[in-house]
Amino acid sequence: MTLLTIEHLDIALGGDLVLKDIHLTLARGEIVTVVGPNGSGKTTLLKSIIGSLKPARGRIVRSTELKIGYVPQRLHLDATLPMTVSRFMSLPRRRAAAQIDQALERAGVAGLARRQMSGLSGGQFQRILLARALLESPDLLILDEATQGLDQRGVVDFYHQLESVRRELGCGVLMVSHELHVVMRTSDRVVCLNRSICCEGTPERVATSPAYLAMFGYDTRDALALYRHDHGASSISSELSS
Amino acid sequence: MLDDFLVRAALAGIGVALAAAPLGCFVVWRRMAYFGDATAHAAILGVALSLLLSTSIFAGALVVSLIMATTVSLLSGKGYAMDTLLGVMAHSALAFGLVAVSFVSGVRIDLMAYLFGDILAVGKQDLAIIWGGAGIVLVLLGWRWSSLLTATLNTDLAYASGIDPKREQLILTLSLAVVVAVALKVVGVLLIAALLIIPAAAARPFSRTPEAMVLLAAMIGATATTGGLQAAFWLDTPTGPTIVSLAAILFALSSLAGYMRLKVSRATSSFEESH
Repeated sequence: MTLLTIEHLDIALGGDLVLKDIHLTLARGEIVTVVGPNGSGKTTLLKSIIGSLKPARGRIVRSTELKIGYVPQRLHLDATLPMTVSRFMSLPRRRAAAQIDQALERAGVAGLARRQMSGLSGGQFQRILLARALLESPDLLILDEATQGLDQRGVVDFYHQLESVRRELGCGVLMVSHELHVVMRTSDRVVCLNRSICCEGTPERVATSPAYLAMFGYDTRDALALYRHDHGASSISSELSS
Repeated sequence: MLDDFLVRAALAGIGVALAAAPLGCFVVWRRMAYFGDATAHAAILGVALSLLLSTSIFAGALVVSLIMATTVSLLSGKGYAMDTLLGVMAHSALAFGLVAVSFVSGVRIDLMAYLFGDILAVGKQDLAIIWGGAGIVLVLLGWRWSSLLTATLNTDLAYASGIDPKREQLILTLSLAVVVAVALKVVGVLLIAALLIIPAAAARPFSRTPEAMVLLAAMIGATATTGGLQAAFWLDTPTGPTIVSLAAILFALSSLAGYMRLKVSRATSSFEESH
């Protein structure tokens, strides 16, 4: 089932065209990863999908009643705003304490419910952002470099959790990531972005496309080699620890 | 009971403190302190215009505050830095207001009453306006509470949950104009922002959630207005400034207590670590 269709999308920021003629479709149950160099418009694309940036041209058609879970790249909490973890998890919709505890446990941060958000480490903060996004039972999960600040164990846990979330909720996942090795392992589809989409398809196809190689250099062939040789679920941990 | 001017004054102060508490917290969280100041300063222009046109002072102040607040909201992020824009608008409105007041012929206007408030002169009708305005603001903020809080936390999180942060900003802007108009009589245009910010800031060190901070700010605000009223009566000082002075003392005490508590908890934890 199609969750989202983007047609002829242009986004302008401060008079400059940041995204040009984007076409993209997202379906339920698929994991799509956006890769691209800094300033290629990855975050801009995600922000236009959540509705935070208005298209200069083209349109984004969402399926009706589409629930989005969003994990931003960075979340700055003003020091003047007191906020416990459990209160944060209940925004904008109230959640039962048991539901919150369960979500925190699943995210590997059990027992933090009564702590202040400002006292958390970067990794704990990131896990809680994901746990909150999952509480919404989203149809589409949007992650902007969500593994930032996580330790190796955390990254592995994160991608495993993503797999099980996709299985249980059947949601679509759209993420931006720089961990090319893992991206190639976990994604159903990779979108290579540099202001416009330069190539798109299965990880294997994208990794061998000239546009991708020109963007990331030739050493990323290693990523493909790993992808070809390692198909087991446990391979993520071995890739990361190597 | 309402025939006693001190009772009316106390009720007026409490009404303003209750409405100012949640709004003041948002002003602090969203760093809109100067925005509150600008809206309040514009109210003096409203006072002048309503004197010239012989309409209700409350209505005049409300209309000009609304225009000011929405103009600043719309212009922000369009070329000028917010503080520059507010600096220009706030002081221009105040200056034009003071000039306009000088054109009002006939009865000599006691400007001090509008600059610093005249809570002891609150009548039954004023009381109705103050509690009516405060009630509207509390209902509005209560209704939008969760969305307002999400939009304050992060605009992208709000968008993703289907909340329009611009609409929430507009609700805060409207509430601010209402609070300014009703607080005019109590503390005057120069001190309204203080009544918004100081109780909220004083409540911060002892709050673990946004809701706790609002409740505490309301209690501190109500203490400052009723206590300040008493103090002004005993010391024969102007009421508005006395109320704000008391709020400032409460803020200083709360900051000190918050600092001490932090030191004690650090000392205890290092003691426990070394043993």
